[in-house]
Amino acid sequence: MTTLHQSVKQTEQHGPATGLTRWLYTTNHKDIGTLYLWFSFIMFLTGGCMALMIRAELFQPGLQLIDPEFFNQMTTMHGLIMVFGAVMPAFVGLANWMVPMMVGAPDMALPRMNNWSFWILPFAFGLMLSTLFMEGGAPNFGWTFYAPLSTTYAPPSVTFFIFAVHMMGISSIMGAINIIATILNLRAPGMTMMKLPLFVWTWLITAFLLIAVMPVLAGVVTMMLMDIHFGTSFFNAAGGGDPVLFQHVFWFFGHPEVYIMILPAFGIVSEIIPTFARKRLFGYASMVYATASIAFLSFIVWAHHMFTVGLPLAGELFFMFATMLIAVPTGVKVFNWVATMFHGSLTFETPMLFALAFVVLFTIGGFSGLMLAIAPADFQYHDTYFVVAHFHYVLVPGAIFAIMAGAYYWLPKWTGHYYNERLGRWHFWLSFIGVNITFFPMHFIGLAGMPRRIPDYALQFADFNMVASIGAFIFGFSQLLFLYIVIATIRGGEKAGDKVWEQPTGLEWTLPSPAPYHTFAEPPEVK
Amino acid sequence: MSTANYYVPAQSRWPIFASLALFMLALGAGTLINGLRTDSGGVGLVILLSGALLMGLILVGWFGNVIKESRTGLYSEQMDRSFRWGMMWFIFSEVMFFAAFFGTLFYVRTLAVPWLGGEGEKGVSNMLWQGFQAQWPLMTTPDMEQFPGPQAIIEPWHLPLLNTVLLISSSFTVTIAHHALKADRRPRVVLWLAATIGLGAAFLLFQVMEYIEAYQEMGLTLHAGIYGATFFVLTGFHGLHVTLGTLMLSIIWLRVLKGHFEPDNHFGFEAVAWYWHFVDVVWIGLFLFVYIL
Repeated sequence: MTTLHQSVKQTEQHGPATGLTRWLYTTNHKDIGTLYLWFSFIMFLTGGCMALMIRAELFQPGLQLIDPEFFNQMTTMHGLIMVFGAVMPAFVGLANWMVPMMVGAPDMALPRMNNWSFWILPFAFGLMLSTLFMEGGAPNFGWTFYAPLSTTYAPPSVTFFIFAVHMMGISSIMGAINIIATILNLRAPGMTMMKLPLFVWTWLITAFLLIAVMPVLAGVVTMMLMDIHFGTSFFNAAGGGDPVLFQHVFWFFGHPEVYIMILPAFGIVSEIIPTFARKRLFGYASMVYATASIAFLSFIVWAHHMFTVGLPLAGELFFMFATMLIAVPTGVKVFNWVATMFHGSLTFETPMLFALAFVVLFTIGGFSGLMLAIAPADFQYHDTYFVVAHFHYVLVPGAIFAIMAGAYYWLPKWTGHYYNERLGRWHFWLSFIGVNITFFPMHFIGLAGMPRRIPDYALQFADFNMVASIGAFIFGFSQLLFLYIVIATIRGGEKAGDKVWEQPTGLEWTLPSPAPYHTFAEPPEVK
Repeated sequence: MSTANYYVPAQSRWPIFASLALFMLALGAGTLINGLRTDSGGVGLVILLSGALLMGLILVGWFGNVIKESRTGLYSEQMDRSFRWGMMWFIFSEVMFFAAFFGTLFYVRTLAVPWLGGEGEKGVSNMLWQGFQAQWPLMTTPDMEQFPGPQAIIEPWHLPLLNTVLLISSSFTVTIAHHALKADRRPRVVLWLAATIGLGAAFLLFQVMEYIEAYQEMGLTLHAGIYGATFFVLTGFHGLHVTLGTLMLSIIWLRVLKGHFEPDNHFGFEAVAWYWHFVDVVWIGLFLFVYIL
């Protein structure tokens, strides 16, 4: 890739509008990416406060701070907000910023719809958070909203929860359609599919997963709504339905959803490690095929979430082996990351630290996932803190660390300034230590039998719970440092050049830092 | 890849107001439904209808905007391909929406109901309602007081067969209209598009008649256990899609009358035709698995 000559036609270009309307009416992928990222961070802090309330209550055995009823609302809202409000919008925000720049496109394929995809979200979460103040309280049935807890025994606010989920689904589907159309149709001449940066590849596959499963989520909440209000019996055996049906349909959505939250993280890490190892990514093509395999497998493993519900033996076996198969493409990826670093000239700037922690800690989460995949063993682990430890290891030091890594990696490109490296490392180490203190002990108390989603516990779990709570507060408050670092970087700091890092690859590094409001009005030639 | 400039629209007011309208629809529908039991949903209805009105105005304005841009020649071939990808993936998402309900139907028929009737290794669930006999269509539900099963079900070879003929012919008529448009024979386009709309409307009319018959004479209702639930959710959402499709066809028809579309550039027309074929294919699935088998 040679230097680009940008011919920006002044007559057709318009800079950012001034004032609030810039953000309300914008069709610019960079503005919309920024909106997504800030929204996601606000939701991250909101969901984080809920997590801290949970951990504060669990600091000691017995009931101290909050009612069990409110505790249930907190576990439910924490999960929903982190999944749909923090992790997913953060990845969409990164895609908005980076995908057009990485493929050499002038913007997203459908810019007005892009704005709509974002602005639905604040309304949807406003509606969902408002249930906290409704009569009967917010949804209290867990983020997986199993029937009949979410139908027969649900608080009245469940109706608003259902419509909020519909809105999030509409937003996600439109966002995903936009990303797919951009990648398939707006690539610069010469940017063939097998030259796409891995972040773009993983997002292409993620977008496919989103379009395939968000409508299924819409279907399942619609059936809930009808069971609650219109007298149907989808999830009620008295009318010939089946509560287990809910779990099947939900997890048919839910398992691909899990990969929706991790595939873009794979992409980010696959961008960062080569830059700081100063080597090309090892096994590019195998990375692409591994991502596609993981996506395919995600559709045929859903019932491993339901081993104890009473599946026929053939089902248990099928879903057990299919699940274990996922370890193969995932292993390929971890191998490739390690092989990229092998004999590289490594340096450990903040993005690389987060990416390395991702590789190690995500792998730990992957291994506990393998343990959970073994159906007979899962009968012991099911619904214990071991499961909580497992999915927090893949989501916090997995997805969230990758998002942080991406934010540090691209922040100089977005703002034109380097972040404060010293503070960045402080943020990393505090987060790293906090995360492990929080979630590692949960493996032990889970294996010892402590059930999840219960505000009280037996005395023998007290020590590890106290440790976990302390870790949670360390992790939670160190995110304020991240907020400070980002704001400080936006406002000033050492000027960044076009390439920002020593040897990054990709079209985004051929653009000035900060990237101009409009880029690639003329598509660049990729050789 | 085209090298022509890709059209990136300037700021737009439509999306933010569309979000507001969607919020009003959700809030209004929620308030209305929650108020059904206590008859206090009046406020909800007002919010819902205002939201619907606002959304309608926005759609007219937003699509109007896009049509104007298209007719002033702002869109390149590449833009056209973006629209095509967008519509294709949207239809795929609709396919998956129906897949959720078809999956539900298959799961209930082949697993849940037989298990309730005592079959296989999960037959222990028969202890819940001893003596319950598995059957499909499920005329006798486990708890006949809470969910009185239907006395009869819709005979596939009357109205549903007629509806199948209507919808399949409408797929042909819309294709004839499309070919006529490509050959620039506009009177034929107007005629065959009108025929398609007529067939769609007739389908909807018969569907309504079928629902009335089901409710009044057969006891086949939403409350009639899992058969009624799957029957109405599948045919109901299909019916809503036919309604939307008919509306879209009518708009396209009006645009043809106004002289819109060219023989080689008419993606709006094609998108509606794709959607119509999709609705048709879903119906064939329904006719097979809901009515006949």
